[in-house]
Amino acid sequence: MSAPGVGKPGMPAQDRLRARDVTIGYDARVISEGLTVDIPDNEFTVIIGPNACGKSTLLRSLARMLVPTAGAVLLDGQSISSLKSKEVARRLGLLPQSSVAPDGITVADLVARGRYPHQKLLRQWSRTDEEIVAGALAATNVADLADRSVDELSGGQRQRVWLAMALAQQTPILLLDEPTTYLDIAHQIEMLDLCADLHAEQGRTLVAVLHDLNHACRYATHLIAMRAGAVVATGRPSEIVTAQLVEDVFGLACRVIDDPETGTPLIVPLARAALRGPDLHHPDAPPAVPTPLGA
Amino acid sequence: MTAVENKPPVTLPLAAVRLGPVSLRVTRRPLIVTVLLAVAVVGVVVGTCFLGDYPLPAGDVIASLLGNGSTATDFVVLDLRLARALCAVTIGAALGASGAAFQALTRNPLGSPDIIGFTSGAATGALLQILIIGGTSLAIAGGALVGGLASALVVYLLAMGRGAVGYRLVLVGIGLNAFLWAINWYLLITAKLEDAMSAQVWLTGSLNGRSWDQLWPVLGVVLICLPLLMIASRPLGLLEMGDDAARALGVRADRTRVVIVILAVALAAGATATAGPIAFVALAAPQLAKRLTGSVAVSVLPAALMGAFVLAVSDIVSQRLFAPVQLPVGIATGVVGGLYLIWLLLSEWKKGRG
Amino acid sequence: MSSPPQTPAQSPAASGGGSHPDVPKWVATTGRRKVIGLLFAVALLGVVALFSIAVGSRYIPPGEVLSVLFNPDDSQASTIVHELRIPRTVLGIAVGLALGMAGAVMQALTRNPLADPGLLGVNAGAATAVVIGISVFGVGNALGYLPFAFAGAAIASIVVYLIGSAGRSGATPVRLALAGVAVTAALTAVIDGMTLLDPETFDRYRFWAVGSLSGRGMDIFWQVAPFILVGGVLAVTIGHSLNALAMGDDVGRALGASVTRTRVLSGIVIMLLAGAATAAVGPIGFVGLAVPHAARAITGPDNRWVLAYTAILAPILLVGADIIGRIVVQPAELSVGIVTAIIGAPVFIALVRRRRVAQL
Repeated sequence: MSAPGVGKPGMPAQDRLRARDVTIGYDARVISEGLTVDIPDNEFTVIIGPNACGKSTLLRSLARMLVPTAGAVLLDGQSISSLKSKEVARRLGLLPQSSVAPDGITVADLVARGRYPHQKLLRQWSRTDEEIVAGALAATNVADLADRSVDELSGGQRQRVWLAMALAQQTPILLLDEPTTYLDIAHQIEMLDLCADLHAEQGRTLVAVLHDLNHACRYATHLIAMRAGAVVATGRPSEIVTAQLVEDVFGLACRVIDDPETGTPLIVPLARAALRGPDLHHPDAPPAVPTPLGA
Repeated sequence: MTAVENKPPVTLPLAAVRLGPVSLRVTRRPLIVTVLLAVAVVGVVVGTCFLGDYPLPAGDVIASLLGNGSTATDFVVLDLRLARALCAVTIGAALGASGAAFQALTRNPLGSPDIIGFTSGAATGALLQILIIGGTSLAIAGGALVGGLASALVVYLLAMGRGAVGYRLVLVGIGLNAFLWAINWYLLITAKLEDAMSAQVWLTGSLNGRSWDQLWPVLGVVLICLPLLMIASRPLGLLEMGDDAARALGVRADRTRVVIVILAVALAAGATATAGPIAFVALAAPQLAKRLTGSVAVSVLPAALMGAFVLAVSDIVSQRLFAPVQLPVGIATGVVGGLYLIWLLLSEWKKGRG
Repeated sequence: MSSPPQTPAQSPAASGGGSHPDVPKWVATTGRRKVIGLLFAVALLGVVALFSIAVGSRYIPPGEVLSVLFNPDDSQASTIVHELRIPRTVLGIAVGLALGMAGAVMQALTRNPLADPGLLGVNAGAATAVVIGISVFGVGNALGYLPFAFAGAAIASIVVYLIGSAGRSGATPVRLALAGVAVTAALTAVIDGMTLLDPETFDRYRFWAVGSLSGRGMDIFWQVAPFILVGGVLAVTIGHSLNALAMGDDVGRALGASVTRTRVLSGIVIMLLAGAATAAVGPIGFVGLAVPHAARAITGPDNRWVLAYTAILAPILLVGADIIGRIVVQPAELSVGIVTAIIGAPVFIALVRRRRVAQL
């Protein structure tokens, strides 16, 4: 894996993936305007924010799925839309929110498709391809499902297979759009642990959109909080996540404590006044008024 | 999570043929089926040379095929039978490939040049030539070409819009089909009976009288477009996973679709200009091939070979069944195609696959 | 929830009171407005019908039309009005009504606003039977074609329905469409074969195949009227069940509708109405497709109102198309089937482009 972020001697190292002053949206609707975001290399970045804050829009722009109407997304210093699509696909992978597995395809076949950016007309299945796909299957623990049909798998298994396909692409940067949305809690943790391994053991740059704030705090090494199309805060979760931030971004009154397992911030929403018992820490404090969500 | 290094190496159920730096993915059953289909096509072509209105001893036929026959036998065997059989095979291949492309593109087993209005447009162009302008057979072919291409373009432009080329293409095609149907029938009922009947013959799709002159243009189209279509279809399977997943792998979604549509329409145009709109080959051949190869999606080469086989067989049947009356081949393909589709639907639905 | 006092004409489904925020103001959401709209449509139909009687390839001054209308005599004008135009208009209204309602029921049955009885084999079945009638039995006029066409339409639609409902989940829109395509293709090939083998067959067939109101007298009307009447009444009675099923079979059952019975009755309605219409005038497309859609745009999804409006709007379209066909190429006539397709197709395409499509 190339060492990203290392610039020429004398030049400050720049992050590989950046958005510079971008205006992005769908058709006539503008979601973000003049947005500038740096994705730090070798970090596990998580983008959080309330519904319709623009986090998926930002991710898709970074993945070149959406073309900004102003500004540019830069990959290794070049505008991402000026690079050839296959070239981008060798450096940047995306696990989209909803993909469709063709009827009847096997796991091995699907994961093998991840090698497409590296293949040519006459080089359709080299030994390297085979080894990498085998490695991807092993890394996501779906090797024993290799000849099963993807239709038959459970939600958790299927999501791991899609991740294996993205892994087979062998990209130093990997973007994940809500990878845990349709999974039950055990599989959510399994998926995020896998991502954490990819980051920690293989040094990949990961960017994920998550909607579960506590998961984000637990796994992210770098957090980007968005609201109404703009970035509100960035930094390490332990440094930026406060009750005030959660209030500003989500409109949720909460208390932030340390996760007893990992020490990262854990958000505990405040109970509604009627159900709330006496505050043992601050018996004299006035009862909190719950704020309407999304206000 | 256990570390990767502790696991034994995984053997994948994916085969490849490797020769130096070149490697090709092969899957066993499709490969076998493709080879068998190719053999069957050759067999039908050769076999057709032995059948016809003029009974010829087998030895003479073989002599002509090898280049040693007399002028008379050569004329019958080569110019009449062989040329026509080669036309059938070429046109069938063009239709089968075109149908496969449309079905893969629209992710719809009903996708075919018939359904998106191309065929009606070709009919309109040809009818204008036959009934109004009174052109030669070359002009008729040209009219069909222009009409078909124009209506395919119109359908594509109307169906374009918010990205997905899917059901919308089929439905706009249904609309344009009906519109052109009205025009075509107006032409048919306002024409003289003899003109209308000869127009109707063209409309049914016929290989009568097709020989070397008609073969070369469509053969050229097939030899150019078919390999290109096979290459361009590689990313189609990726597009099936959704535009996002395909783009993430480096596929240029819109450009791929446009290229494929152009190639598929070119193939359909070549076929229709030569023989008129032959029903159902484009619709049925890819589905038949897909079931034989057992593959996940329709595939261009097996569909082309199956189309060639089906049309060649249908042509010989239409020639011989009511001999000496020669039915237009479109009737045979329509009846057989319709019945085949009914059987296909019944069997798949009884199995519970919607 | 208290609601303002309702007039008897308001149906429970229609009273939302005022306006839904997404609905344009002219859409008749209250029951009272719907009734007014319907009366207006009936008046429009009356006007169109009068036009149809007054207008034609031979010019007759309106005053003479009126006098001849109420005092039939032996003049040429009287003959034209009474023997040609009135039957034509009456038949046009009946056929329009039948096609429109068949389309509305078809769309409700398949839960797909882009369904049309003609797409599902009815026309091909009728055509095949007519060709058989011509070539085998030597039939040569509209009255003679009628029983063949009706039988053919009925058989084809039954076959398509049976094929479409094979397997576990029954007749879903996709299956019906595929079955329709298959049956249509096979039958079309048979038609092509039979017409190519015999020029006379082809000659007679080609004039029937476009759908025309000309040359049809009141005798044709009386033959199909009973079927259209029965079909129409049946359609009205299942409107309520169709509403229940509109949200899915499960919801429909929970609301007390019988899925199978409604499906079968719908099939019978479509067969009777579309079959009778095609038998009387030949295959006409797009009336059954476009008019229910237009009706739905005015009335909302309540099938009972959709049926009511369709029953009035469709004849307006058909008779209107017939009038146009009689005028544009005077002294010849453009068949009504051709005119409706030429008008209907662009409308259909516009519909398809506007909606979020619409898994067929």
